[in-house]
Amino acid sequence: MDDLLIARSLFGTTMAFHIIFATIGVGLPLMILTAELLYQKSKDLEYVVMAKRWTKAFAVLLGVGIPTGTIAGTQLSLLWPGFMEVIGRVMPLPFQIEIYAFFIEALFMSIYVYAAERIAPWMRIVSLILVAIGALASAVLITNVHAFQGTPAGFRIEDGNIVDVNPWAAFFNVSFFVTAGHVALSAYVTGAFVVASVAAFKMLRNEYGSRLYKFHQKALMISLVVGGIAALGTALNGHSAAQYLHEYQPEKLAAAEGLFETQSHAPLAIGGFVDRETESVKWGIEIPWALSFLAGNSFDTVVVGLNDFPEEWWPPLFIHTLFNAMVLIGSLLIMIAFAGIVWKKFLKKDRFPKWFLWLLVTSGPLAVAAIEFGWIFACTGRQPWVIYRILSTAQAATTATNLSLLFILFIAVYIILAIAVVLVLLYYFKKNTVLDDIRRAEDKNVQLFSSNS
Amino acid sequence: MTDALIAITVLWGFVFIYAVMATMDFGAGFWSMIYINREKTKATNIANRYLSPTWEVTNTFIVALVVAVYSLFPTAAYTLGTVLLVPGSMILLLLALRSAFLVFSNIATEYRKPLTYISGITGILIPGLLISVLPITHGEFVDYETGFAQLNLEALFTSPNVYAFIGFGISSTLFLSSVLLADYSKVSHAMDAYQVYLRDARIFGPISLAMAFLIMLTLRGEAPWLYDKMMEDLPLLLFSLFFFLIGGAGLFLPSFFEKGVRGMPRLAMIAVTIQYLVASYVYGKAHLPYIVYPGVTIESAFTDPNSFRAVFVTYIVGFAILFPGFIYFWSLFMHDKRYLRQRKPKEGTQS
Repeated sequence: MDDLLIARSLFGTTMAFHIIFATIGVGLPLMILTAELLYQKSKDLEYVVMAKRWTKAFAVLLGVGIPTGTIAGTQLSLLWPGFMEVIGRVMPLPFQIEIYAFFIEALFMSIYVYAAERIAPWMRIVSLILVAIGALASAVLITNVHAFQGTPAGFRIEDGNIVDVNPWAAFFNVSFFVTAGHVALSAYVTGAFVVASVAAFKMLRNEYGSRLYKFHQKALMISLVVGGIAALGTALNGHSAAQYLHEYQPEKLAAAEGLFETQSHAPLAIGGFVDRETESVKWGIEIPWALSFLAGNSFDTVVVGLNDFPEEWWPPLFIHTLFNAMVLIGSLLIMIAFAGIVWKKFLKKDRFPKWFLWLLVTSGPLAVAAIEFGWIFACTGRQPWVIYRILSTAQAATTATNLSLLFILFIAVYIILAIAVVLVLLYYFKKNTVLDDIRRAEDKNVQLFSSNS
Repeated sequence: MTDALIAITVLWGFVFIYAVMATMDFGAGFWSMIYINREKTKATNIANRYLSPTWEVTNTFIVALVVAVYSLFPTAAYTLGTVLLVPGSMILLLLALRSAFLVFSNIATEYRKPLTYISGITGILIPGLLISVLPITHGEFVDYETGFAQLNLEALFTSPNVYAFIGFGISSTLFLSSVLLADYSKVSHAMDAYQVYLRDARIFGPISLAMAFLIMLTLRGEAPWLYDKMMEDLPLLLFSLFFFLIGGAGLFLPSFFEKGVRGMPRLAMIAVTIQYLVASYVYGKAHLPYIVYPGVTIESAFTDPNSFRAVFVTYIVGFAILFPGFIYFWSLFMHDKRYLRQRKPKEGTQS
């Protein structure tokens, strides 16, 4: 591997690992908040128990999410000094403001966990809202940098120098809202379905009608409602995101859809693999005219194909598969959520078929996979650029060589952390069962939140 | 004051705040490991009680610091990013292990000891590596032979000055954190732990001072430009030394405020903080105008003026918003007697 590829792989591995924790870290606070609010409304202690257990899981995940986020933020400078030099000059605001979001999250997370029993209930809710806002804002702001990479704004390059800098114009670059919205909503989808996975698994393991079964069923229904709404929002937003690609990064859309010839009434290819030789999508299903309609709301819309661009500007063609996998999983999650809600709330059936519960068990890992596919699609689809049509990835990379040892070391540490975090979570929840927590919640003299922390 | 000077002052402020918070954080983690088998003194409990709610906030400061470098001095970020690839990556790897295992050790209580050992040991190495960034900015380990800046690792690790810095970083970590924990345990009425930390502070205070002298001694040969400029402010350095002595008085003398108690840890804490503040001011002032000697200065590395203005506005707005949050946080964890004087976390129902 050459140094550029190693640098990309190293940073990609860091991000791929970090986003698992970051995404769940944005999604879980909303679930915790929902449970706390449901408790305030119903006074049903089981919701407090849910909030406590999710908070514990959240705290453990933060133990990996925070340091890997620190790694990602610093590695940007270590591996892509050319990129960060431009970002520092033009686009420092999102990073800067994200720091404040971080502080809010860190301060109030500690307050929510370690001072839970010493502060008023309304203050607990406020703390939790601030944690959720802090987590959401961090995600939105970091995604803004990604949006800027695709649709740079707020400066000009003159004789190789950056001039006419307007940091706020860079901040409000055209794809900011649509891209950030996509990341935020999909994080809520992931947070909800990760909970749904665990709840469904526990329902399979516990006898129907038992207290534990009902507890997990309550948790499942919360996650289906939150996850269903967020998944629908993600899909609608994803549609506009694709239209932005059509307008601002046409070669990315062309590669995502495997379209080589510029045409109106362009077909939408679902599945299959993009073949460079025959310039077509092999083994896919083609829906005539659909791509034109999706791209511009009319069949007459001319969609630009890859052949209109020099080949060195083409993104890798495998992004078609990543894009499809992301959309497919997203659609499946919407269907799962709505099927579950309809079954329970409208058809008033009291138990889910076993196969449906197993399907739910896969929903969390699928949601995480969709996040991974989406990010890899978004970032490799921008290649060969790190800032679209302005700075190439190769120009931005570090001049240092011999990165392979570092790459191996980082992978080793990520593996250690991944194994440890799973073991710690399993250990903790085995040691502190739902029934233990319910007993603690019912006993007024025992501190539920600070127990075992 | 030029914009660049304001910016470097802000950055220096971040470095100082992070340095103080990080020494306490990593030090507390280390002491929590050292005293883990001496349950009676509660020294480990005290360290954990400080550490649990604060580590995330402390960690945020290092991100703030990195972001401040690249948004205020992007050209310096370019050079530093290139040069610090190896030491920076080492710090990141250790930091990842340290933070994660710190959290794990609080959750998986049965495995607390091995997990605490991992976080304690990785944690105490970090300040040593972090402070090695300072001698790297002195420039003598940076080669430009290939046309690009490159760190000469061999020269770095054979330099006595670098080792003096590393020794200073680690001993200061142990010194500052034991002073803080002495104060914290006294407020918490944990007098056994107080005696332990008071003793540690008495040991590591003189060691850290000796390391500081060693830095100056080796600096003279390795970076005379910096040494000479620091010595121009000799009165300030002596002023810093004076506060070290006040800190020492706070550790050794019987308390003026309470009968029968030896040591005034709060006084020592404040005096020692002033000692480090003054010394780091002298160092920072002498370092100017260079960020990385001799190629990168604050003027040449400075960001676009429009960006600087925008960033500066966010600093003011951000801190106005955050300040009440910090006060509230402080009152809950540093001031609330219910938190400080708890016998131990109620674990009565733990199975």
